Formats: sequence, structure tokens, C-alpha cells
Amino acid sequence: MKLIFEKGMEGRGCTLLPPSDVPLIQLGEKHKRKQELHLPEVSETELSRHYTELMKRTFGVNDGFYPLGSCTMKYNPKINEEIAKMPEFADIHPLQPEHTIQGCLEVMVLAEKYLSEITGMDRFTFQPAAGAHGEYTGLQLIRAYHEAKGNVKRDKILVPDSAHGTNPASAVMAGFTVINVPSTKDGYVDVEELRKAAGDDTAGFMLTNPNTLGLFEENILEITEIIHQAGGLNYYDGANLNAIMGIARPGDMGFDVVHLNLHKTFSTPHGGGGPGSGPVGCKEILADYLPSPCIIENDDGNYHLEFNKEGSIGRVKAFYGNFLVVVRALTYILTLGKEGLKHASESAVLNANYMMHHLKDTYPIPFPDKCMHEFVISLEELKKEKGVTALDIAKAMLDHGIHPPTMYFPLIIPEALMVEPTETETKETLDEVIEIYKKIYKEAVDHPEAMRDYPRNTIIGRPDEVAAARKPVLRYRYDGASN
Amino acid sequence: MGSYIPNTLQEQQEMLHSIGKEQIEDLFTLIPEKVRLNRELNLPSGLSEMEVSNRMRKIGKKNNVFKSIFRGAGAYRHYIPSIVKQITSKEEFVTSYTPYQAEISQGVLQSIYEFQTMICELTGMDVANASVYDGATAAAEAIVMCLERKRRKVVLTETLHPHTIEVINNYCSGLDIEVVVAPSNQGKTDQQQLEELLDDRTACLLIQQPNYYGQLEECDEIGALAKGCGAKYIISCNPISLGILKTPAEYGADIAIGEGQPLGIPLSFGGPYLGFMASKEKLMRKLPGRIVGETKDALGRKAFVLTLQAREQHIRREKASSNICSNQALCAMTAAVYLDAMGSKGLTQAAMLSMSKAHYLADQLCKINGFKMVYEGEYFNEFVTSCPGNVNKVLGELERHGILGGYPLTGKHEGHILWCATEVNTKEEIDTLVAILKEVAV
Repeated sequence: MKLIFEKGMEGRGCTLLPPSDVPLIQLGEKHKRKQELHLPEVSETELSRHYTELMKRTFGVNDGFYPLGSCTMKYNPKINEEIAKMPEFADIHPLQPEHTIQGCLEVMVLAEKYLSEITGMDRFTFQPAAGAHGEYTGLQLIRAYHEAKGNVKRDKILVPDSAHGTNPASAVMAGFTVINVPSTKDGYVDVEELRKAAGDDTAGFMLTNPNTLGLFEENILEITEIIHQAGGLNYYDGANLNAIMGIARPGDMGFDVVHLNLHKTFSTPHGGGGPGSGPVGCKEILADYLPSPCIIENDDGNYHLEFNKEGSIGRVKAFYGNFLVVVRALTYILTLGKEGLKHASESAVLNANYMMHHLKDTYPIPFPDKCMHEFVISLEELKKEKGVTALDIAKAMLDHGIHPPTMYFPLIIPEALMVEPTETETKETLDEVIEIYKKIYKEAVDHPEAMRDYPRNTIIGRPDEVAAARKPVLRYRYDGASN
Repeated sequence: MGSYIPNTLQEQQEMLHSIGKEQIEDLFTLIPEKVRLNRELNLPSGLSEMEVSNRMRKIGKKNNVFKSIFRGAGAYRHYIPSIVKQITSKEEFVTSYTPYQAEISQGVLQSIYEFQTMICELTGMDVANASVYDGATAAAEAIVMCLERKRRKVVLTETLHPHTIEVINNYCSGLDIEVVVAPSNQGKTDQQQLEELLDDRTACLLIQQPNYYGQLEECDEIGALAKGCGAKYIISCNPISLGILKTPAEYGADIAIGEGQPLGIPLSFGGPYLGFMASKEKLMRKLPGRIVGETKDALGRKAFVLTLQAREQHIRREKASSNICSNQALCAMTAAVYLDAMGSKGLTQAAMLSMSKAHYLADQLCKINGFKMVYEGEYFNEFVTSCPGNVNKVLGELERHGILGGYPLTGKHEGHILWCATEVNTKEEIDTLVAILKEVAV
């Protein structure tokens, strides 16, 4: 299909703004733009159809099964969207006087209260815009804590080798050195290795629990205790919170600071890559260091933005974070309530176990006895014996109209596919998908050579990624020049 | 209680049986007894959609939606074309994930490619990324791009948005980076004092055009100073202003960044907004975050993919240049549709109207006793005035008429007001504001 720049005609456009009702001012020569400005010249009809065409080439949760492990692609409720679009939230200037934004502040106060209870934390900030941003913020809190105690040599963050790539990247951005901690062959944190790695230079340990293999760390209390004994703090990566709401809480497992992904656990949409929201919660011992401003309730019941917080790490984002995403998440929490959140987690774990159970005789599943909300398949043997990779299997799924699972993660499992069905899928969908998965596996065994050609029914086949990276073409050129 | 779980309890029971379990609790035996909650969450019970809708509306009512806004300071109310709202509400776009599976994500990928192109066209740069969180974090990420082993000093200007300075200080706090801020004079960066701060250890210089106080900085001369000491030059720009204002490339910038909120994104109490980043080609592989590139499939069909991923955290982990994963993709699409709808004529018109309305507002305000322009330099659509009497009283009077007046500055600017106008402010609105202020000023 054509680019928008290849559509339309000089002189076409939409009539959007009125002529000026005040005298027009001209910019002085010194600062005037000389470079010609090229933007599309399309009518509204063409523009509308262009995006309808793009829409048809996009696969969302609304189009079908989307079991991206670690991403929690649950259904995005429509009421959340409607509430977030209300002018009473969407048309509020962030620098309005305090008495005119009491509703916005109440949204954040309620969300803070509820998320604190769900996670077992004491305070929350909503400034972080995404999970990785939350990790960075949480690690800054840990650094501020050690600095306040005069422990300047605590500069190491321990990270399991099964962790999300953002964990080590965030630790480095926050000024730490990363120590990787190996997992046991059963897929858990190696407690003895952790004990060896922890010491008087340990600032903290980052973990997601259930971990990225979909397993709940049985020794979690021992793990967090090892870090506390060494004088470090425990960081909870909330990517997998959808498995345990109302059942167990990071705060009760010995974690001192958490980030949540409202765009995973709390049903806000992913928007093709964002915006998300990565609020950070912490125990009281870290509360002083939270980003500024924080919200406090005055004696008269009004909410107040407190900017002059002593000890605060400062600001990680302009204004107050991705506020409208918080509005959506609060709407979701109010809808589900205490029973609904727990039921959501239970159902997510049931759906994952159901799929795993019915697939385990077909697909090699490294840890087939137990899983939480997601499970991992390893196609190492299939690759060795038949030359069929995890990528081949994933691409075959595309032709069946379903989104593949997360591929090649966690890194410690060769040829991994990580499946997270979520609670919002019907039994019929799961049954259909199980049959598709089995059919694909059988084909991989019987006709391995055919697998390399998938997908065949999508609008394009596998793109040449090597060529894309070797000779990058990253934009359209109006002058026809190559990049 | 509300629920989005389709399977009934009976179906769930059947599912449990089919996997050899009796009850749901049997799935949670991995969780040690000691860390189990074993009580209900202390939260309200769930609600029906109607109840939730009423509850959220009631909370929303506690906010004031102003009919007229003359406040900017980093967040701007511009006209949002109807088509922008419609297109960006399409469920495929709203509910999809990061386009890892290119074959079924060509729509999102192409829209990002078009966004990247338009950011390049606006700024005059060679390449752009798929977005970061906001203008302030874009500034911080841009600074990190410029660091070299022997250049660990970052020079900022006092006339940046205060949040930008705060975020940069935060991002630099854990790293071995020296941050210095060049002072201003008459609302603009003091070139002489700036020059003294620049040296051969300086990694980059960051300036905002138009600056926080609305003034146009002497970006040509300042860029020459940065070049003179071998530092990279970063300009933070307002994308609407680029309809008429010199591009960062014309000013000699190596990196252009900015807050994309004015491009069709509502005020939203500060977020989600849109950080955009573009650079000269030589810095392409240092850009953080997602970047979409064009390639072909085996049959030679045009295809778009996420590319240059060797920079990113999921590949490089602790060696990645940035930790960014989720970005602001739907906001980037919003900006793209906005720019498509406006076209170059529309964007130029929005810029001209914003500037003209602001100048009309300034002229009318300054006819009132006690309101004077604090700075004399050329400005785009924001400017600072003095204020007769108590600032809060003056602004409070406007508020009683449903008008959000300018932003009361603090610190050494106490007593001054930062005003803003855009194309949405009609002459009638401005005249009304001025009439009210005349009453107050008496």
C-alpha cells in the first residue's frame, strides 16, 4: 500500500481553521523558516481511508487470541476509554489552580490507596510512564536510601539471568553495576548463588514473581531475607502481578519497592507500543525519596500537591505521569473490586494451566507440572532434530489468525515460546488454539521443510530484517533521494 | 461485581476437572503458606458499568473545565480535528502491542514510519525514533546520546522548561556527569556567560526554542558557540512553531527533541504526551527506543519492521544505551494524523494564528495600567508581563468568569505572569479577558 506522502495532490487538504480575526504578525527574517515544509496534502476522504487501510493491517486484542507472555494482553474494557475521554479529565490543564483539579488528585489518591492494598506497599507515585521507567525510578529510590544512610559503596544490583532486559538496562541508567545471578535447572533463583553474590556492596535485588518462567519462587522469603541480611533492598518487577492479585502480595514477600504495569495487569490498552503507565510503590522506609510532587490530604479534606519534599529524588517526568492511563486503571479496579481482581488472577492461572496441560503431551514444556499465569515451551529438540525453530512455529500461527506467543524469552530457555493466555479468553478459544498448536507441531514433525515459508496468507511474508538493519531506510524522502 | 471473564464458574469447574484438579486453590499450591494473603483485599466490592460510570463522572465533576485558557508553560490547548480523535480510537490501533510480528502489524509499523518522516520534515533532521515518554525525558535521553568518555559535562540553559531541568538532573544524578546551567539575561540565554561554561569537556549544549518565557533565543550564534568547543547541539522545539520558525537543522542542531502534545493531543492533566527525538544521520545508531525501517519480504513486497534493534535493552541488557521499551506509540499516531490533516498550509496557519493572537493579547494587556512586557525580545505565542497588585487576585477574578489566565511564575520571577494564546482563542475571548482585567486593575 502507498505511503500517505504518495497520496493526495498539491492543493488538497482539510479546512480546519478559520481566517484570523486579529492582525497577522510576521516573524522577523532572522528566525523565519527557509526550509520548505513538506507534509501530506490529502483530503479528509483520502486521510480517513488511508488509516482504515492501515487499521486492516493491524492485529489487536480485539482481533483475536494474543498470548504474549509477560505482556498480559487482556481485553481492554470500553468504559475505561469512555471515562478517559471525558473533558473533565482530558481537557484539564496540568498547571490549573489546585482547587480546580481536585477530581484529578482524587483519581490518583484512590489509585494509590487501592494499589497499595493490592501490593502490600505504603505509598505510590504515578510519574513513571512505563514499566522500564518505573524500574529506573524504583532503583533511584534504592540509591537515595543507601546514600542517606551513608552507604556509598553499595553500587551493585543483582538480577537473575531470567529477568526482563529492562532490569539490567534500568540498573545501569540509575548508576549501578549489574551482577547476574544464575537460575537453577528447575527454573528458580539459585539461592546459594544468590547468597554468594550478596554482600556489603549489594544495593538491591530485582525479581519478578511469578518469575519469567511462570513459576512462583517457592523460596521467596529466604531470597528476600538474604538480600535484607546483606543490607540490600528487594525490587519487585510487577510485570507478572496478574497471577497473584488478592492471593499474595509483594509487600508480604519481603519486597521494598515495586513497579506495576497498568497497561498489563490493570487492563489499559497498549496502543501499538504505548502509552503505558508504570507507577512505583514502596514501603514507608523509601517514602521520603519518592518523586516530587506528592499528593497530601489537608485537614479540610482537600488534596494538595506538595512540591518541597525533602529527600525526594526529584522529577522523572514532566507533570504527573500518564494521568489518563491511571484514570482507566482506576475505572477497572472499581469495576472488578476485591472479588473481581482475585477472580481475574485465578482465572488467568486457570487458563494458563488448562492450555499447558492440554499441550504438554505435544510440546516439550520444561516445567510441565505447575505454572502460574503463563508457561514456557522449548523447541530446542525440534530444532535439533527437524531444523524447525521457535520462529517457524510462531510464523505458522499467523496463518491461523492468532498472534504468536512471546518468542526467544526468557533467554535461559533455548527456542522459547512464552504463552500467557490471560483470563479474558473463552474456553472455546483456548480449545481452538490448542488444536491449532497441535496441528502446527505435527506439521513441523512431518513436513519440516514447509515450515520455513510461513506465513503464506498474510499481506507480506517474513521481512528481510538483516537488510533493514544493514542499510537503514527510516523515512520517506520527498526529493526522491535514497537515505 | 463487574467482570470481563467470559467463562462461567461451571465452565471453570469443567476446565479444572479436565486437568485433574478439584478446585481453583489447587493451582496455587506453589505459593508458600507464609506469603498468602488469606483474607479479602481491603477494597470496595466491584460495581456494574453504570455504577462505575456514575462514580467516575462524579469524581470528574470536581475538576473545572475552563472555557477559555490563556495558559501554556509546557501544555497547550490547540484545535484538535475531529478526524484525529476518530482514527486514534480505532480498536485495532488502541489494542495492539508493540509490532513485534511484522506480518500482522504493517498498519502500526507504517504509521510509525510516516510519523518518523514527518518529525524529520518538521525539524529538518535526517532520522527520528518512534517516540519516548515526553519532552522532558526526550531531553534527558538526548543528553545521554552525546556523552563520550572525555566529555562528561552537560550545559543547560536557565530558560528551559523547569521540569526539563529537573528530569535531566535526575537522569544524570546516578551517572558520572556534571550538569551546569547557563544563566539568562532579559529572558534569554546570556551568551557571554554561556561561552565561559563551554569547554573541551562539554558533551552537549541544550537550549529550548522558543524558550520557557516565550522568547526566541539566538540559536544561530549559540549553536556556533557549541560547535566551537566541539560539543553537540540539542534544540528542544515546539512542533507547532516549526510551521514558521527556523528548523533546528537550520540553526545547526545535531539533535532536535520536543514535546509533541500540541500536535492533536488533549491537555490530559499532563499526560500521556509525546516525546519526539530526531538527529543527524551520524547519530542514528545512538537514538534510543524503537525505530521502524523499510525493507522487503522474500517476494520483493515492501515491508516495514522494527529495526536497528541491536541498540535496545532486550538484546543488549546492561549494555543498552537506554532502558526504554514501551513508548507513546498511540500519541505518535495522534500527532501523525494531526499533521496529515493540517498539511503544511494548516500547520503554518496554526502557527501564524497562535503567534498573532498572542501578540494581540499582549498589545491589549499592555494598554491596562500595571501590565507591562517584562522582556523585549521577539516571541512566538507566549510572553511574560508584570501584574498590577496581587497576581492570585487578578487570576482569581478571571477564573470566576471561566477563564484560566496566564501562569503565575515563582522564584525570582514572582509577581510576573506567563501568558499564552493559540488559534483557539478568539478575538472576542481576548477582548472579554481584557475587559475583566481593566475592572480589576482600577
